[in-house]
Amino acid sequence: MAQEPLLRCSGMDKSFAGVPALRDVHMSVAPGEVRALIGQNGAGKSTLIKVLTGVYRRDAGQVEFAGNPVDFTSTQDAQRNGLATIYQEVNLVPYRSVAENICIGRARRRFGLIDWKAVNAEARERLAALDVHVDVTRPLVEYPIATQQMTAIARALSFDAKLVIMDEPTSSLAEREVATLLDVIRRLRDEGVAIVFVSHRLDELYAVCDTITVLRDGRTVADSPISELSRYDLVSTMLGRELTESERRGQHVGAAATAAAPTVLEARDLRRAPVLNGSSVTLRRGEVVGLAGLLGSGRSETERALFGADPVTDGEIHRDGEPVRFASPQEAIRARIGFNSEDRKGEGIIPDLSVRENITLALLPRLLRRGIVDRGRQQEIVDRFIRRLDIKLAGPDQKISELSGGNQQKVLLARWLCTDPEVLILDEPTRGIDVGAKQEIQNLVRELADDGLSVLLISSELEELITDCDRVVVLRDGATVAELEGEDISEKSMLHAMAEGTAATGSRQGGDDD
Amino acid sequence: MTETATAEPTSPAAARRPGGRSWAGFARRYGAAALLVLLLAYNAFFTRNFLSWQTLMDVQLRQAAPVAIVALGMALVIATGGIDLSVGSVMAIAGQVGALTVLGGLPPALAVLLALAVAAACGVFNGTLVVRYGVQPIIATLILFIAGRGIAQLLSGGKLTGFRNPGLQFLGLGRIAGIPMPVVLMLLVAAVLWFVVRYTGYGRTLLATGGNAAAARLAGVRTGRVTMVAYIASAALAGLVGLVVIGITAASDANNVGLGVELDAIAAVAVSGTPLTGGRISVVGTVVGAVMLRLLQNTLIAQGVPREIAQIVTGVVIVVALFLQRRAR
Repeated sequence: MAQEPLLRCSGMDKSFAGVPALRDVHMSVAPGEVRALIGQNGAGKSTLIKVLTGVYRRDAGQVEFAGNPVDFTSTQDAQRNGLATIYQEVNLVPYRSVAENICIGRARRRFGLIDWKAVNAEARERLAALDVHVDVTRPLVEYPIATQQMTAIARALSFDAKLVIMDEPTSSLAEREVATLLDVIRRLRDEGVAIVFVSHRLDELYAVCDTITVLRDGRTVADSPISELSRYDLVSTMLGRELTESERRGQHVGAAATAAAPTVLEARDLRRAPVLNGSSVTLRRGEVVGLAGLLGSGRSETERALFGADPVTDGEIHRDGEPVRFASPQEAIRARIGFNSEDRKGEGIIPDLSVRENITLALLPRLLRRGIVDRGRQQEIVDRFIRRLDIKLAGPDQKISELSGGNQQKVLLARWLCTDPEVLILDEPTRGIDVGAKQEIQNLVRELADDGLSVLLISSELEELITDCDRVVVLRDGATVAELEGEDISEKSMLHAMAEGTAATGSRQGGDDD
Repeated sequence: MTETATAEPTSPAAARRPGGRSWAGFARRYGAAALLVLLLAYNAFFTRNFLSWQTLMDVQLRQAAPVAIVALGMALVIATGGIDLSVGSVMAIAGQVGALTVLGGLPPALAVLLALAVAAACGVFNGTLVVRYGVQPIIATLILFIAGRGIAQLLSGGKLTGFRNPGLQFLGLGRIAGIPMPVVLMLLVAAVLWFVVRYTGYGRTLLATGGNAAAARLAGVRTGRVTMVAYIASAALAGLVGLVVIGITAASDANNVGLGVELDAIAAVAVSGTPLTGGRISVVGTVVGAVMLRLLQNTLIAQGVPREIAQIVTGVVIVVALFLQRRAR
């Protein structure tokens, strides 16, 4: 694309409370170009989009749009100037009609009143241009997400959008709907509209994008035509892994010993479209099994399904060889399974309660005598686990929200360990905590496994998986694509499976894309 | 930016002390009590015979008791993160059911049971809307707030239902050891709730559910059932107060019993320093709040302040209480 860029930004900085989220980021898009924007959680994608569209003010940097320096003050401002954003969660008015949603704010009027005939006709026309044919007078909420997104796109185009940013538009779409959306993107591209496309599904990126920008830790780490970046390189760049890095491999030769151990928990072909498309995991006694995969690969969804936190539409779960179906976490807990969510704040701590109450929450039913909490036993257990996990606090009556992230995480681990579980499911247990606490938690997991606890571990840090796990299961687009054991666990093999969807054989190098 | 990992408090936990030491923290926790002490001191000096048993028990506490009991039920619902607007209408329904039952010649004990059962059923209705159908609490309980009074009026046929039944009226007019029954009930309900919150499994799960429902569910708490119980308790306590009120007047007035009580109850909870976002409850504070607000009104009116102005002052006190809460965050 030799064309003059439509959007060009450079030197973009943005910090939140002194913590940099964007550092010297640059990106450009030309008319008729589809640019992929990709990065891990926290890499700065959403911050970049929000800074570009006027949700946040940038701290530094230049933005040029259609040849002029711009500084949008709101999304409306950006939209009026031809830069529209389509979010994963459609931000339209659910109970108003499709037509209103498309034309709202600039509806045609006759004698000061809205000319509904004209509005409906225009909406029908604009949707038809996207190959969507629906009754535009029905409320938006009655239609599937895909149609709602098309409505959002039609609305964006009705503002003569020159650039459309699509922030994970496909994450809640079914396969056929994704295909339709990709078709629309191609059509827009052919009409000269520029598109920034955010998705974690590599297949989609390679199917529709011309160029790619990869962000990591708030920096632009790759910016090239997508055909020049192989999937393997893309994944390793995104995760910050260089091919030259010395190869570390799984050290747990113990895997052979545990192969004889009985299977305690097994997921067979779990499905719930669009996030789970056949994920399978086997966990034996005393084993630490890692779940690896990119964002949106179905790692958390698999774990939540195993714990009864989310339903599945198909597939089987076996506990000690017996088929089970947990309707709620409570049933999974009774089957001696524990689950620690990745979202410590949202799904872990009860912020207003004391450390004591937070630790014993899952154990509570067993602490009751005629409905009354046995305080003596509670205190004894709380003291034991505070000592065992070396939780640093003023006292067990301290509110959990006053502890540091690492200590909060230890309290949440204590919540499960005090229930004496046989299976512990941990989703990113070391994310966002300091190095010391991280090491302690990793050591603890290993110790517990040696004592016979089975652990299913999600981590986005490949190193952690290599160090901690006996086996690693790699997921991609909601399905299990590889299982690596002992020596075969390496960054290369995991990256390969994430990128290509097949297990790399020891000798084969990743990177030879079609 | 949604990534929150960096927003965690990172200072060494051991160095931090539990909150509540600051002036604002003190005012938030004890503001209502401090105001109550001020009002008591003021009245002790300027109101004649104020410090007599008669004035304190039969006037001030007895008048505060109905709202205080409703407020205790409200506090449970608020602890789940909800709100119950229907309490006034439930009072009217329960009072009407109680009155009609004794008028039908049935024993007062049965009247009490029946009235409480009907009230509890109203709670089940509210709870079902909130838990099963995910209706916002304010909307869910607005339904019975509106329709409930209609039901009470239908039951009464639009007339004042007068009755004479010492048994049923005992709840409003009786005394135990010289203490008026409404005050006895208030103390009893408060004592039971205090125990429940402090010592039982339900108390823990209640605060966990209101504090972080998603986390509580993942820790195996049956959050739906916990919430349901709170709505049932709130409605049943409202029903009890309905019986107290009709006992005092010896008549059930479906148009007026419990009119506006939901707002007084919410105010009592609010001035006790309990945030309406859930996860916290203060049993003693709620009682103190209800008594303080009543005494404030009575004092202002006794001083010849017009009722309208008295209401405005009450409003200002609530605003101050809420402001202190915000500051303490």
